[in-house]
Amino acid sequence: MSAQTAYEPRKSTLVPARLRSGAAIALVGTILVAATMLFGSGVSEYYYLAAYSILQFIVLGTAWNILGGYGGYVNFGTAGFFAAGCYTTIVLNKLFQLPLLVDMSAAAAIAGLMGFGTGYLTLRLRGVFFSIATLAMAIVLQTVVINWSFVGGGRGVYVVRPEISGLFASYAHLLVTLMIALATCAVLAAWAVEKSWIGIGLAAIRDNETAAETSAVPSLRLKLIAATMSGALMGMAGAPFPYYVSYVDPATAFSLAIAVNSIAMPLVGGTATWWGPVVGAILLGSVQQILTVTISSAANLFIVGVLLVVFLTAAPRGVVGVVRAWKRGRP
Amino acid sequence: MSVDILVASGITKRFDGFAALTDVDFILRKGERIGLIGPNGSGKSTLVNCLTGILTPDSGSITFDGDDITATAAWVRAKHGLARTYQIPRPFRGMSVQQNIEVPLRFAVGHTSARTIGDAARVILDQVGLAGKAGLSPKALTQVELRKLELGRALAAQPKVLIADEVMAGLSDSEVDDILALLTRLNAEGISIMLIEHIMRAVMIFSQRIVVIVAGCKIADGLPDDVMQRDEVERAYLGE
Repeated sequence: MSAQTAYEPRKSTLVPARLRSGAAIALVGTILVAATMLFGSGVSEYYYLAAYSILQFIVLGTAWNILGGYGGYVNFGTAGFFAAGCYTTIVLNKLFQLPLLVDMSAAAAIAGLMGFGTGYLTLRLRGVFFSIATLAMAIVLQTVVINWSFVGGGRGVYVVRPEISGLFASYAHLLVTLMIALATCAVLAAWAVEKSWIGIGLAAIRDNETAAETSAVPSLRLKLIAATMSGALMGMAGAPFPYYVSYVDPATAFSLAIAVNSIAMPLVGGTATWWGPVVGAILLGSVQQILTVTISSAANLFIVGVLLVVFLTAAPRGVVGVVRAWKRGRP
Repeated sequence: MSVDILVASGITKRFDGFAALTDVDFILRKGERIGLIGPNGSGKSTLVNCLTGILTPDSGSITFDGDDITATAAWVRAKHGLARTYQIPRPFRGMSVQQNIEVPLRFAVGHTSARTIGDAARVILDQVGLAGKAGLSPKALTQVELRKLELGRALAAQPKVLIADEVMAGLSDSEVDDILALLTRLNAEGISIMLIEHIMRAVMIFSQRIVVIVAGCKIADGLPDDVMQRDEVERAYLGE
C-alpha cells in the first residue's frame, strides 16, 4: 500500500490537472498582455526596458531548457541562435521593411533549421563534446557576421524602428507586449513538451540514452524535435532585439552573457519543470536589473556567477528542488 | 522458416583490430529457451549488443521474425519485440521505479492512457518482486533489485524475444529459483528466451539448448548435457 500512496502525487498528471497548468500559463499571459495594452501607456520607458530584458531571458532560458534540461544536452551556443534571429531581422529590415511578426517567423525558421542541424550533432557528440561543438558553432557564425559588410560587419548596424500603430504608446510598449506574448507561447510549448510523450522520452534519454533506445524510445527523433523547438524559440527571442536596442554589433548579439544567462537561469530555477526557467529568469533578471541601477552594469555577470555557484552547491535542483523538498517535508 | 525467430549469420565484430566476434552463427527458435555461456570477455555481451542494435556488426546479417534487421535502429528492434536487460543495470535515475517500467509501456507497447500504463506497470512490478518499491528512486535500490528492475523494464516491452544478460548475478538460491520460475512461465506464454548467465545450475535447469562462445568464436551448440561434456568446453572452463 505504501508504494501506492507514494505514487499518488504523480497521478496528478492525469488529464484535468494537466490542462490546468497550461490553462493557467495561457491565462496569466493573456492577462499580462491585456493589462500592458490597456494600462501600459503611462509607464516610464525604463520599466519597459527592464521588463523586456527579463522577458527575453524567460524565452531564452525556457528554450534552452527544452533540450538542455529535459534532454540533458547542454547547449553553450544560445548566443548563436539568438544572433541568427537578430540578423534575420536586420537583413529583412534592410531589404523589405516587413512587419515584425514576419521577421520573427523567418527567424524561427532559420534558427529552427540551425537547431535541427544541432540535433544531428547529438548522433556523434555527447556530454561535454556536444557543448563544445555548440559553442564553436556560435563562434563560427560570429566570424561570418563580422566579415559580412551587408549587415554592418564588425562595426555594427543601426536599425530604424518602423512606425507604430495607434494601439501602442511607444515602440517599447509594443515590444514588451510582444515579448509577453512570446514568453507565454514559449512557456506553453515547454509545458506541452514536458507533459507529453516527448518529455518522458527526453527524460529517459537524459538519464541513459542507450537504455532509452532499448526501451523503444526513438532518441534521434526526440532530440531533433527538442533541438529544433529550442533553436526556433531562441531565434524568435532574438528577432525583436535590433528594434529594442536600435544598434546591433556582433559583440552584443553574440555576447557571452546571453549564453551564460540562458544556462544559469534554468539551473538556478530548476531544469526539471517548465516553471524552473521562468523563476530563474525572473530572479536573476531582476537582480541584474537592480544591480545595474544601484551599483554598476559590470556587476551583472559577477552576480550571475556568484548565484550560480551558490545554487549549484546548496541547491543543485534549483528553486524547483527546494520547493519540492519543502512540500515533501510537510505532513 | 517461421520457426526461427532470431537468426544471426556470420557475425564478425572488431574493436581496433581486436576480434571480439568471429563469424558467429546463431539461431533462436520460436518458444525456445537457450543458454549462452562463455568465460568473461569471450564476446557474449558483444553478441547481444549486435543482436539488439547497440553495436553494428562489421559483417554478417541478423533477421528477426523474418525481417532483416542488420541495419535497423535499436529502438525499432525493441518496438518490434526484441527486449534485453543490461548486465550492468542502466536505470533511469531521475524517475521512480514505476516510471522506469512505464517508459517501455508507453514507447514499445504504445499505451497512451496514464491509467492503463500505471496498471500495467504495477502488474510488471509485482511479477519481478518490486511491488513495494514502486515509488522509490532507483538510487534507493540494491544491486539485486536493480537487476529485477532491468528484467521488469524488458518485460514491459511485451517482447517476443527476451535476452536476459546476467539477471541472476548476486541473487540468493531461492531468488534464482524465483527468477527461473518467472522466466519459465514467460516462456510458456510464448516468449523465446536467451539466458546469459554464469550460474551454471540455473543455465542447466533452464536451457533446452546451450551455445558456448570462447574468444569470440562459437565452439559448441547443442543439448546441455552433451555440450558440457565436450572436451573443448571443459578446457575453456577448467583449463588444460
